[in-house]
Amino acid sequence: MRAESFSETIRERLGGETITFCYQCGTCASSCPVAKRTTDFNPREIIKLCLLDEKDEILDGKSIWLCCSCYNCQERCPQKVEIADVIYAVRNIAIEKGKVPNIYFEFFNAISNDGRIVKVSQFAENKRPQLGLPPLQPTGVDALKKILSTTGFDKFHLKKEEPQ
Amino acid sequence: MMSYAIFLGCTIPARQPNYELSARKSLSKLGVKLVDIANMTCCCPPPVQSIDLKTSLAIASYNICLAEEANLDLLTLCSGCFESLAMANNMLKHDQKLKTKINKILAETGKEFHGTKEVKHFLQVLKDDIGLNQLEQNIVKPLTDLKIAPFYGCHALRPSELLQLDDPERPQILETLIKTLGGTSIEYQNKLKCCGGLLRGVSDDLALDLARDKLINVSNSGADCIATLCPFCFVALDIGQIQIRSKFQEIYDIPVLHYSELLALALGIAPEELAPRTHKIRIDKIINKIL
Ligand code: SF4
Ligand code: SF4
Repeated sequence: MRAESFSETIRERLGGETITFCYQCGTCASSCPVAKRTTDFNPREIIKLCLLDEKDEILDGKSIWLCCSCYNCQERCPQKVEIADVIYAVRNIAIEKGKVPNIYFEFFNAISNDGRIVKVSQFAENKRPQLGLPPLQPTGVDALKKILSTTGFDKFHLKKEEPQ
Repeated sequence: MMSYAIFLGCTIPARQPNYELSARKSLSKLGVKLVDIANMTCCCPPPVQSIDLKTSLAIASYNICLAEEANLDLLTLCSGCFESLAMANNMLKHDQKLKTKINKILAETGKEFHGTKEVKHFLQVLKDDIGLNQLEQNIVKPLTDLKIAPFYGCHALRPSELLQLDDPERPQILETLIKTLGGTSIEYQNKLKCCGGLLRGVSDDLALDLARDKLINVSNSGADCIATLCPFCFVALDIGQIQIRSKFQEIYDIPVLHYSELLALALGIAPEELAPRTHKIRIDKIINKIL
């Protein structure tokens, strides 16, 4: 059987379904605030490299991490490519392969341990009545941990490798 | 009485009592009851979606299930929470296969997503549920002399197909709500562009560049302050000004207020009840103009 191409892998994932509709018009790049600021990032180029099967260049490079998920491109793409979501799908693949930028370990640990991406300090909690705020309700950490183990999310961090 | 389950998220209770206080006090003045539900979690915004989309959707849906069980619509303040939850809600409502897949995961927590409730942005509750007339009747300190630069950020508006807050290219809801408070809504260049908030920690230079662009454009417009909706935009533009001062030796001194804070002040709530010291760029001159 023929090996699955990179764009097929992406297309089969949640978020990646629309990647093959791209006809390389560049509307995304001209709508992108990050591409305006740096030549290190260009959404059209990312889609192109994915479609050309340049898997290593995409997964080892830092560019996929520079999208700020603003969805400007996605609103304007004439082909209805869900570009920001495609980039999530590609990031999800990179992370499964252990290519995790440092900051994502922080997010990962915070979610897994506290059920929150930003921890609410004891100090902030204690100050609430004084400020006139009701007490914080308990966080659903147990339910969240069940979800993480069902989807396998809790194992993603085991392989650590820094992207270039 | 109108009731909603309030979804606070993480950043607001961790760092922005100014947002929570102003929203809670304003809504209570406007006759809205907020219910704090137990066992909610992080909404799973873009940084978590970047790790795994499916897990993020399942966790967002789990939180919606809690609101369904309480038979309440969810009210969100943070745009990140609004986006994650409204996206999950609408995706699952319209995609039976996805719903089945997510419900299989949720079964482990004893929950099931039904799709019976709405996820509402704070602005939608103000405009559509409370109504502009009702709002206007409660204004005791109109923002008459205030020129306000509305800043939507990204995730209140986009992706618009799933969020349905307003037209993504020409939104009006925030401008309308500013005018309802008696304020003047100011146009400025690249109003709808990102603040760079999500790049903080990934590329701090790029993040600061985008925030600086926003501040330059607002400052050229002559606005007195910026009205934000999202705690990340708030950080990018408020703390961002301190960082820009040390990196570029540029001083903008533009107060950044959440829309909810402007609302609370217009409703006559005393500034000292609103944790004004949360702001790095002091808001005294704005308060003085209103009082
Ligand atoms: S706007 Fe859409 S079709 Fe055009 S290059 Fe970008 S992704 Fe491809
Ligand atoms: S979502 Fe990403 S790729 Fe699209 S315009 Fe925004 S930063 Fe650029």
